[in-house]
Amino acid sequence: MLKYLDQIHTPIAKTLSVQKVSRRAFLGTSAAFAVAVFAAPRADAFPTWETGGTAMPNGLVDDPMVFVSIDEDGTVNLVAHRSEMGTGSRTTLPMIMADEMEADWARVNIIQAEGDEPKYGNQNTDGSRSLRHHIQAARKIGGSVRTMLAQAAAAEWGVPVDQVVVSNHMVSHGSKSLGFGDLAAKAMALPVPAHEDIAYKPEDAFRYIGKGEVQITDLRDITTGEAVYGADVTLPGMKVATVARPPVVGGKAISFDADAAMAVPGVVAVHELPYSIPPAGFAPLGGIAVVADNTYAAIQGRDALKVTWEGGPHAGYNTETFMADMVAETEKPGVVLREQGDPDAAFAKAAKVFTRTYTQDHMAHIPMEPPAALANFTGNAMEIWAPVQSPYQARQDAAKAVGLDEANVRVNVTLLGGGFGRKSKADYVTEAALLSQAVKAPVRVQWTREDDIHHSFYHTASAERIEAALDDAGKVIGWRHNSVAPSILSTFAPDGGNQFFIETGMGHVDLPFDIPNVRMDNGKALAHTRIGWFRAVSNVPRAWAIGSFVGELAHDQGKDQRTMWLDLIGTPRTVDPVAEGYPENFWDYGEPYAEFPIRTGKLINVLNMAADGIGYGKSLPDWEGIGLAVHRSFVSYVAVAARVKIINGKVTVPEMHMAIDCGYAANPERIESQLQGAAVMGMTVAQHSGITFKDGAVEQSNFYDYDVARSTNYPNNVHVHIVPYGFDEHPTGVGEPGLPPVSPAIANAIFEAQGKRLRHIPMGETI
Amino acid sequence: MTKLNINGTDIDVAADGDMPLLWAVRDIAGMTGTKYGCGVGLCGACTVHVDGVAKRSCQMTVKEAMGTSVTTIEGLDQNGEHRVQQAWRDLNVPQCGFCQSGQIMQAASLLAENPKPTDDEILEAMSGNVCRCGCYQRIVAAVRLASTGS
Repeated sequence: MLKYLDQIHTPIAKTLSVQKVSRRAFLGTSAAFAVAVFAAPRADAFPTWETGGTAMPNGLVDDPMVFVSIDEDGTVNLVAHRSEMGTGSRTTLPMIMADEMEADWARVNIIQAEGDEPKYGNQNTDGSRSLRHHIQAARKIGGSVRTMLAQAAAAEWGVPVDQVVVSNHMVSHGSKSLGFGDLAAKAMALPVPAHEDIAYKPEDAFRYIGKGEVQITDLRDITTGEAVYGADVTLPGMKVATVARPPVVGGKAISFDADAAMAVPGVVAVHELPYSIPPAGFAPLGGIAVVADNTYAAIQGRDALKVTWEGGPHAGYNTETFMADMVAETEKPGVVLREQGDPDAAFAKAAKVFTRTYTQDHMAHIPMEPPAALANFTGNAMEIWAPVQSPYQARQDAAKAVGLDEANVRVNVTLLGGGFGRKSKADYVTEAALLSQAVKAPVRVQWTREDDIHHSFYHTASAERIEAALDDAGKVIGWRHNSVAPSILSTFAPDGGNQFFIETGMGHVDLPFDIPNVRMDNGKALAHTRIGWFRAVSNVPRAWAIGSFVGELAHDQGKDQRTMWLDLIGTPRTVDPVAEGYPENFWDYGEPYAEFPIRTGKLINVLNMAADGIGYGKSLPDWEGIGLAVHRSFVSYVAVAARVKIINGKVTVPEMHMAIDCGYAANPERIESQLQGAAVMGMTVAQHSGITFKDGAVEQSNFYDYDVARSTNYPNNVHVHIVPYGFDEHPTGVGEPGLPPVSPAIANAIFEAQGKRLRHIPMGETI
Repeated sequence: MTKLNINGTDIDVAADGDMPLLWAVRDIAGMTGTKYGCGVGLCGACTVHVDGVAKRSCQMTVKEAMGTSVTTIEGLDQNGEHRVQQAWRDLNVPQCGFCQSGQIMQAASLLAENPKPTDDEILEAMSGNVCRCGCYQRIVAAVRLASTGS
């Protein structure tokens, strides 16, 4: 069950178990001898480092009073302030607090934070940042509480604090011992210690951190059907709404039959929502909402509307011509983003120029849980339950839409049935807010799968043209890469047609190869739909293009893929972005570059781990091949070695090795599951996911024409290799970086298996 | 008044007979473990047992379900300890978890019908259940674990 703090505003949803957490505690009865794990101050056991977390909106909070309370029975309540969409952050961050606190995980109760960034710090669960930014705060929170418990016990017994031992939910000195609950009231009233005054655990004393043995906190609820997702919360008197939205972004309804919808039994209202056209941020598209007593009636009522739509300015968007235009654009000079050496001279004197172009269609995230949200507008306040990646932004957007101060709006975060970037954009929450205000009742907005596919914030479509200049000896002396794709920025600001620094930092300007003459440019492409971010964002088309290009170049040069990659990466170096001509606004995933530099030795290492793992170079039966790709994204390094077997034209992947360098691995079991998942999503990207437009509208609708990898054809035997480190090797990203290298590795393997080179994704399941 | 037997209990569902069983289970009976994922029978998130056999509850009407015995994830095992549920926990199958009740219901139905399926039979039986997080490797291993104990 999801549990929230201080849930007092509105009638409580029947499916939520709610508890008020008390900081009052009383002396308990049981006490047991605890074995000393550590005692003396050891702040040096945890040297801290700077991350981009402090620069995020509302930054980082490491105040234990915000995140921890201890009940009189010793139950330790820990707040999870990031959204859970499958990565495990709702378990892993509290697990870190518990370990450093010496709390027994079995006695930990997890409370899901409401959207309140001034209180909890940044909650925008996106960009593979949860552990990267919050791991140090979690450890500090745990260490603070353990120190305060020890101080309280020392005062109680009149003994020096450094002789008090805190171990596994007990505090002891000699034969005396007290439980956490016994000490909580006094301990939590003490001042929070400074980092330097905390006796951090040495790493070899970690019980949970780095072990991968703690199961996700919602595991039992998920397997019994008790887990609470967006559409699982119900309020008394609640209505359910579906919305008929304009098929073309920026379109409007010309006419609709509200009477026909109202005639459907159970329909209680038809309400037209205001329209929007990009740039409109996460504003709903508008449309005609049908509000009903239940979901079925809402769907039936919507079907009865028979809306006639006007397309608006984007009704001429056709994928076929647009893709051809983008490819043509790659052949002209674009805005130069990175210039290193003298690429024109290098290409002029080259013995050979090798050029290829790669393309990708739009994609929709299609999390298994389609968007859904419940809002209860009560005049001067509103409470929301929703599966959102960024609950504070959702709260601000919804408050603004209904004209309330955000102080009077509360957003409770349910579990997310997948997110992948879609649930960062809470247009569905704002719809629920507007409808609750309109009909004066709690309203759950339910998106159908068709809604989800027709009205997403799509991953951009792209064309990537790469050219390599080679000298007589076959050495690459020049590289040009023109990347053309509609920009995410068009969702937020008037569209100039060019990429912005966050997109160009994702696998384009940061090409880590050791090549003396480089030009990265960006041709224009205007957006004609809502462009948003999808797991790994621009890294997907860039890794697809670069990885495929390396495979092609290897073949052209008569080298094996590993040799080609290693030749291009060169000897291990830490990239100096200034010396290599990176743009001044180079974006290293929001991190301070000095702490998270590009270290090409890590690329080499993971490439070799994956290649060695699969036995790259071994002889294979006919119709089999191995493909390699490696890519740095979200400050992590991931290599994929995929073995493809082609069976009657069907591309299968019987084996894959993935190697990741993500710095310190706090929860290796979830890292493995994320990479196994990325392998499957990568197979979907490679084979299935294509959103295309005709006359401005999306052509796909549901799984019958927008399918995904299924149990009958997914990467089997995915072996995950994690580079081992100590805690001070800064943790980087995990949720996203597994995805980008998968599709080029598959394409390179297909070529090895059957000699066919595919340059567009999705490439189809059968070739 | 329409009566449905869900998890061994007769429940009055004041529902249109054409309403998909999925919405009757979720909206009327108030059991939310059964999930909506596509509405067209292609993702398996809404899988329940009808007279012991896995069915997509979005593809069956209330009228059709009358007189049958419907089991949802909440009723698969009284204590939530069906061997498939246990196997799912033993192997840490879920990521987001949303599809998993449907996956578990599908797997339980498969094993009831065919206690020792081959690997290919497992893959085929589970092919209608989509997991967007991509937990298939562990799903298949968990079905095998529930079947063979290893």
